[in-house]
Amino acid sequence: MRKRSADARISRGRLALYQALLVGTLFAFWYLMTEPILISEASAKNTAFFFGRPLQVIKVVIEWFVGGKIYPHLAITLWETLLAFAIGSVLGLTIGLWLALAPTASAIAEPYITAFNAMPRVILAPIFAVWFGLGVLSKVALGVTLVFFIVFFNVYQGVKEVSPVVLANARMLGASKRQLLRYIYLPSATSWVFSSLHTSVGMAFVGAVVGEYLGSARGVGYLILQAEGVFDINTVIAGILVLTLFALLLDFAVTKIEARLLVWRPKAAEAAEL
Amino acid sequence: MTAALAFDHVSCAFAERNGGGRYIAVKDTSFAVAPGEFVSVVGPTGCGKSTLLNVAAGLLAPSAGRVLVDGAPLAAINSRAGYMFQSEALMPWRSALANVIAGLEFRHMAREESAARARDWLRRVGLTGFEDRYPHQLSGGMRKRVALAQTLILDPQMLLMDEPFSALDIQTRQLMENELLELWSADRKSVLFITHDLEEAIALSDRVIVLSAAPETHPLGEFGIDLPRPRDVAEIRMSPRFVELHEAIWRVLKSEVLKGYAQAKR
Ligand SMILES: Nc1ncnc2c1ncn2[C@@H]1O[C@H](COP(=O)(O)OP(=O)(O)O)[C@@H](O)[C@H]1O
Ligand SMILES: [Mg+2]
Repeated sequence: MRKRSADARISRGRLALYQALLVGTLFAFWYLMTEPILISEASAKNTAFFFGRPLQVIKVVIEWFVGGKIYPHLAITLWETLLAFAIGSVLGLTIGLWLALAPTASAIAEPYITAFNAMPRVILAPIFAVWFGLGVLSKVALGVTLVFFIVFFNVYQGVKEVSPVVLANARMLGASKRQLLRYIYLPSATSWVFSSLHTSVGMAFVGAVVGEYLGSARGVGYLILQAEGVFDINTVIAGILVLTLFALLLDFAVTKIEARLLVWRPKAAEAAEL
Repeated sequence: MTAALAFDHVSCAFAERNGGGRYIAVKDTSFAVAPGEFVSVVGPTGCGKSTLLNVAAGLLAPSAGRVLVDGAPLAAINSRAGYMFQSEALMPWRSALANVIAGLEFRHMAREESAARARDWLRRVGLTGFEDRYPHQLSGGMRKRVALAQTLILDPQMLLMDEPFSALDIQTRQLMENELLELWSADRKSVLFITHDLEEAIALSDRVIVLSAAPETHPLGEFGIDLPRPRDVAEIRMSPRFVELHEAIWRVLKSEVLKGYAQAKR
């Protein structure tokens, strides 16, 4: 597959070089502003207190991975993310399908759903901590409330936008009510769920990390919380760095999965390589 | 002999989009399709052709009158009819093969048998090798062929076709028309074929029904087409009898088309 576009003028190698240069410059600036090389020792100490020191940060990251301390925390965060995503998606799919196909129920539920969605869900974290304790469950619950609405609205939209002709065609081909649900509404709705995969996985991740940060005993969010408690800014930034890398990996995996699941979707411009 | 399909004083009204009035699309329409007969309905765009076909399919209940299928009043979906829609009706998330299988799947046929039949139908419509393509990977003509196979695999007694080829280029269209005639002559299903193209109607049919312009559409006239079969839709247009019939029907249709055009411009 190849896209023809105006901005394809820069070659891939050059692009990577420029991108590396950008990061390099940023790190160099950070380094120079926090070490006593160009600036006085006192002011370097001062900035390092607020921004950390790049070499220290990298040292912490390497220690985490080499010493193996980070893995159980990463595993917990990943587990919370996946659980929140799975539960939120199934709930959103079921309730979305149900409400989209039951006009009365959806008319009754509508204002409450709007209100719930408008509410900043993060403030529920303390309540979930009380209900579910400081373990995995309270983080999953927070993630679920975030994922649910994304999936729900997409499914609702997906059902509403099923082509009436495709529907009529299926009826003429002999589909019963249940078969319409299974063979038309469900595939149509799931395709909308898949197209919101990036957002909902991202939200599940946010739910997990924020939940950990607000009170937990394990997870990457907990590491950051702990470091912050002793003003260890280097570890805080290391945690943020690890989380960012992790989020990128997650996003990459989602892209791969998405490409597999949505093969039937037309792409903007699609032509096979010769 | 009871008709395969009969409209008995059918009227269809829709609620007006702006205000509480009613728009009468079809008024007091009666005509019938005999078993094995190929009937075309022509009329200006927007006159209510699709509406009539939806009534025959049981997708739309008429405001007045009734539809008889083999003499029995139609109350739900017309299960004896196969319907080819004017616009895209394939499931975009299913491959060509899976789309053709759909109807058999709804009837709980075993997977191997339905797949074998579907492959055979795809071969008959000239799509061998395209089984695994998704609709967006097929051309417009190929998608129509898939839709045709999808409908015919269920072997319906009656075919309802709503301008099935109007979106195709002229060459593809004539190919498909010939294919349709060939498939039809094999087992003579009753066909109700809707089109706004008079030449297409004459070339294909046993009988052509002309509808009046909107609103309150009703049949204005019926013309028997006594051209010999088998026909080649491209060649038959050259025959003197075709030209005669075309002139006779066009005389009736022309004023309606002009009315329809004037309405559309307003
Ligand atoms: N569901 C509907 N609601 C309101 N008006 C409709 C509906 N379906 C068709 N109409 C109107 O009925 C008329 C005939 O439509 P249609 O049968 O699609 O025409 P044709 O197929 O001959 O082009 C049009 O004016 C259209 O706007
Ligand atoms: Mg139409």
